[in-house]
Amino acid sequence: MRFGAMEVLQHITLGVEEGEFLCIVGPSGCGKSTLLNIAGGFLAPAAGSVAIDGETVTAPDRRRIFVFQERGVFPWLTVEGNIGFGLFDMPESARRQRVAQYVQLVGLDGFEKAYPRELSGGMKQRVEVARALAVDPDVLFLDEPFGALDSITRLQMRSELLRIWRAEKKTVLFVTHDIEESVQLADRVVVMSARPGRIRRVVDVDIAHPRDLSSRRYIELRDLIFGEIGLAHQV
Amino acid sequence: MSRSRLLPLTGILVALAAWQIAVVLRPSLIPGPVAVARAIGELAVSGLLVKYIVASLFRVTWGYLAALVVAVPLGLSLGMLRRGEMAINPILQVLRPISPLAWIPIAILWFGVGDISAIFLIFLASLLPLTVATMTAVHNIDPVHLAAARNFGIPLRSRMADVLVPAILPQLIVAMRIALGVAWLVVVAAEMIAVNSGLGFLIVDARNAGNRYDLVIAGMVLIGAIGVVLDLLMRRLERLDSVRWGYATE
Repeated sequence: MRFGAMEVLQHITLGVEEGEFLCIVGPSGCGKSTLLNIAGGFLAPAAGSVAIDGETVTAPDRRRIFVFQERGVFPWLTVEGNIGFGLFDMPESARRQRVAQYVQLVGLDGFEKAYPRELSGGMKQRVEVARALAVDPDVLFLDEPFGALDSITRLQMRSELLRIWRAEKKTVLFVTHDIEESVQLADRVVVMSARPGRIRRVVDVDIAHPRDLSSRRYIELRDLIFGEIGLAHQV
Repeated sequence: MSRSRLLPLTGILVALAAWQIAVVLRPSLIPGPVAVARAIGELAVSGLLVKYIVASLFRVTWGYLAALVVAVPLGLSLGMLRRGEMAINPILQVLRPISPLAWIPIAILWFGVGDISAIFLIFLASLLPLTVATMTAVHNIDPVHLAAARNFGIPLRSRMADVLVPAILPQLIVAMRIALGVAWLVVVAAEMIAVNSGLGFLIVDARNAGNRYDLVIAGMVLIGAIGVVLDLLMRRLERLDSVRWGYATE
């Protein structure tokens, strides 16, 4: 894949199972966001293609929703308005019911009429996840969704996301530069090299949820990925 | 009374006092505040006060609304279509530094002496700042919001109403305030030449018909006061819940 004159990604071959939680990690500038944007149909690859359920991806589609960092929420709409945004073709009563259902799923009861500027970063992120889930997509693309949150909120949001993922059974592609985050969340972690991005290794995270972050296997896998990226695990 | 009200009031009172003192010291300077207040009273009694204010507001309303109706769709289209903008923007930039008053002869040529000429001048004066501001506001839309709208596959028409317009509204309201201020500046000048009613006409007429400088200053005071009221009304729009996100301070 070339982007302008620069080759960003090289020889990427990757299969994703339905309902799988896949994390893509790599150093910044390795093209992991580019890869996600290609998979979502926002960027066209210079070579190669992406197929979902046998169908080639050429443009964004509401069956595959992209979750940006929290700034993706529409600041001019309330929590309700944001979550119902993608449900424009649904009858009013069904729409209201669906919105209420997802307000509850992400734990924003009581904030239905609030505007994003009145919410914390974590709450805005919940709104965006709810807005994505409300249209019942097959795939969710998350591009460093918790990158702008403080570390405590980030931990909370991870377990929230896992809870929601289990409840909704969506396929999730999650891009992050946080190795710990990937081992906490993913079924499989795709480790990418620096530009031009290639897949260095795909790591199966064979730990059942909820994951014990001090278990030997967790630390083993985490250190494996740290080593793969070429970071000595010391400060 | 709170300090935020007390201080402006004090400022006005001091200015009025200074004006009165200056007039007492040199009576030939200009009429004093008392004489001006009396002149406004005289206008009110004769019915001209209401008539002139209504006439001026009428012209501003129509010229300004016509400009809005043209400028917002034009600015939105230019903002979205890069090529259209490249073609039209130079023309806008050349027209921008030309004072709306330079159009007075052409307005009279096309529309004769009367309301239409004045309305046309106000229309022109508001049109350019509104168009340019709308265009710029479209450029400033967060690409993430456009991408999200595309991702959810909402139809093109509602993309306009549900994303583009609300996204530019905070900036558009600021531009609307500024443009209304310009429109109000221009109505006075337009009325000095093109019509025979309104606050601008009052000022020229008062001087021509017997050097009534108390009426001249009465006209100026009224224009200033109404300008402030118009601006305050526009400022209320900035407090709408769906646009407050666009202004930095809460």
